[in-house]
Amino acid sequence: MRTLRWLRSTAASAVVAAASLGAFGGGEAAAQGKQLTLCWAAWDPANALVELGKDFTKQSGIEMKYEFVPWTSYADRFLNELNSHGKLCDLIIGDSQWIGGAAENKWYVKLNDFFDKEKISMDDFVPATVVGYSQWPKNTPNYWALPAMADAVGWTYRKDWFSRPEIQSAFKAKYGRDLAPPKTYDELKQVAEFFQGREIDGKKVYGAYIFTERGSEGITMGVTNVLYNYGFAYDNPKKPYQMQAIVNSADAAKGLEFYKELYKCCTAPGMTNAYMQEGLDAFKSGQVAMQMNWFAFFPGLYKDPNVGGDKIGFFVNPAGPNGHFTQLGGQGISVVATSDHKDDALAYIKWFAQPAVQQKWWQIGGYSALKAVVDAPDFPKSAAFAPQFLESMGIVKDFWAEPSYAQLLLDMQKRVHDYVVADKGTSQQALDLLVKDWTKVFKEQGKEVASQ
Amino acid sequence: MTTISQPDHATMPGVSTPAKSRDARRVRGLSDRTIAWLFVAPTIALLLAINIFPLIWMIRLSFTSLNLSMSYLPLRFVGLDNFRDILNDEDVWFRLQTTAQFVISSVALQVVVGFGLALLINRQFRGHSFWTTIILLPMMLSPAVVGNFWTLLLQPQIGPFNYLISLFTGVPPSSFSMTGQVSLAPWTIVLVDTWMWAPYVMLICLAGLRSIPDYIYEAAEVDRASAWRQFWSITLPMTVPFLMLAVLFRAIENFKMFDMVNLLTSGGPGSTTELVSISLKRAAFEKWRTGYSSALAIILFVTVFGAANIYVKTLNKVKQR
Repeated sequence: MRTLRWLRSTAASAVVAAASLGAFGGGEAAAQGKQLTLCWAAWDPANALVELGKDFTKQSGIEMKYEFVPWTSYADRFLNELNSHGKLCDLIIGDSQWIGGAAENKWYVKLNDFFDKEKISMDDFVPATVVGYSQWPKNTPNYWALPAMADAVGWTYRKDWFSRPEIQSAFKAKYGRDLAPPKTYDELKQVAEFFQGREIDGKKVYGAYIFTERGSEGITMGVTNVLYNYGFAYDNPKKPYQMQAIVNSADAAKGLEFYKELYKCCTAPGMTNAYMQEGLDAFKSGQVAMQMNWFAFFPGLYKDPNVGGDKIGFFVNPAGPNGHFTQLGGQGISVVATSDHKDDALAYIKWFAQPAVQQKWWQIGGYSALKAVVDAPDFPKSAAFAPQFLESMGIVKDFWAEPSYAQLLLDMQKRVHDYVVADKGTSQQALDLLVKDWTKVFKEQGKEVASQ
Repeated sequence: MTTISQPDHATMPGVSTPAKSRDARRVRGLSDRTIAWLFVAPTIALLLAINIFPLIWMIRLSFTSLNLSMSYLPLRFVGLDNFRDILNDEDVWFRLQTTAQFVISSVALQVVVGFGLALLINRQFRGHSFWTTIILLPMMLSPAVVGNFWTLLLQPQIGPFNYLISLFTGVPPSSFSMTGQVSLAPWTIVLVDTWMWAPYVMLICLAGLRSIPDYIYEAAEVDRASAWRQFWSITLPMTVPFLMLAVLFRAIENFKMFDMVNLLTSGGPGSTTELVSISLKRAAFEKWRTGYSSALAIILFVTVFGAANIYVKTLNKVKQR
């Protein structure tokens, strides 16, 4: 009898518990113990994604687990995982350059059928992000990811310094024009030279912070912002993989020379191996007047109590003599082909693609690539850096996204760092050697490389 | 007469006499050789699994075109192409040269500093144990930790190292970068490696110094040999085998040095401090050129193995003298 009573009370408690869990909307699936692991880099937007993901769990009951790796080991760690067909990640926010390798090696699930079924249209996303993060081969309707985090290189500057009357008049006296955020690289160099070594509030400050990191992708992601605008291209658009006289054109060599001049004249001492974090540190500590960095960090910088708010301004990567482009960053979200939870992972992507979720994503610190969000009339006023972000996304160019991208990237890291930081050879020699390196890589990959 | 006392199993709790005799019979059924094999087998199995098998696999891969970032391409047998590519690659020779310079400079400096410290520590003085512990501290740290905190120490604007140099030379502290200048970076990695590993050389030398019998020095004193003469005729020759051992250990370690240099300079500026181990890591785990990097690893293995063998033979000859 006592046993029966115990069974009855236990059953009643279980029903009450299940009902209360159900009332919060998470009970059903949580009870089934469903879980997804999402892999990405450890940075500010990842924290925003964790916040956003709570809504997904609330709606679907699927618990979200995150595997965030610092940028310096992000590619090593996750490419190793994908290469070894590991099951750590169900969803991955992979770098734009991985898309070729991921598609060719079948690391990602192809999403065309899923998009068709769920009526997710790539026309609803910013075109550059679709080409950059989703398509392989490029410019074909083959989708391997949903644009997740739009990003590009932009610039921050010390608005409070720029607006000081004594600084403004000193600049005008020297250069005969008003001190304003630079629109061209020549202007940027002038402003940087002006600030270099200047004493502001009793502290010596420096002109500009630019990427110089050697180990992963830093100096390449920096130098391309100048190279594109001087006339550099990766290959002949009419003859794929033909790089001679394009990668190493005289204009491209001038662009590389300019980047070195900027590095020599106007950066803080010791910035020989510096990337995103060093830039943030330099800017936050009031060391530099202008900083090159990814838009992804700008929400955090704007909130900074020391240099944010009214003190910070933003500008688009300046134009060069032969064009106006900026380096594309950002990533798409993909389903890992070896995942045991593909359906749940697709459900996450379906949820993430919704306009309301994308709107929230932008509001809490992520960068949406959905046109409905970024083309909304009030978008430019939604954040101090929104207009610059919007303009930048219209002028982006990306590095190679070939399966051999890592070799191509490391070759460029070496040649550019050798020239810019280690003073080895001339800019023309550096780019000639780069063409030689890249030709070898493509030939190994079985591509035909025309010399002219 | 030596007696060995056996524990009385009958009195041990939980061990009954019949069980004991059963065990004894079982053990008696196995030969000494079998028992020895039983003990050694797990180690051999482990060695085969994590050392020998990967080595054989690597040798196989070195003759292929395998690139893990393009594993969809058919795997081709390329014979000695990878080896030929490496040996004809100017960059590889340059990296080997950089590595050799690093190994020679750092080991030489460590031997001088380590031996000097050993001579000092070998004397009895107040606070002897304390100073010995302090000196040994760097070698107890992880190379990753050393790399990180030296990066901070050497930072041109906030790092104390540049201020220290500035104090003695008058050169403005932020006017030079130890890790960022082509002329200074190779010496910086030598300096940090010496800071970390000279204590290790000191320990080996100290063992050598303490193994010299006192009576030899007493005899020398009777012969009125000066301290200088004693050093050249007794101390140095008798510690040479120990010094050579230290050189061997440190040279092998430095040849494969990766973590500390990677953290300090990432092989830069440019490729100034790119040791061959950093090149190997980049080829294998960043460029994913598995076939090529396997061949490079074999070339390095053969180089170190050959050099170490020649060195050990020389060491044995020195010992016999």
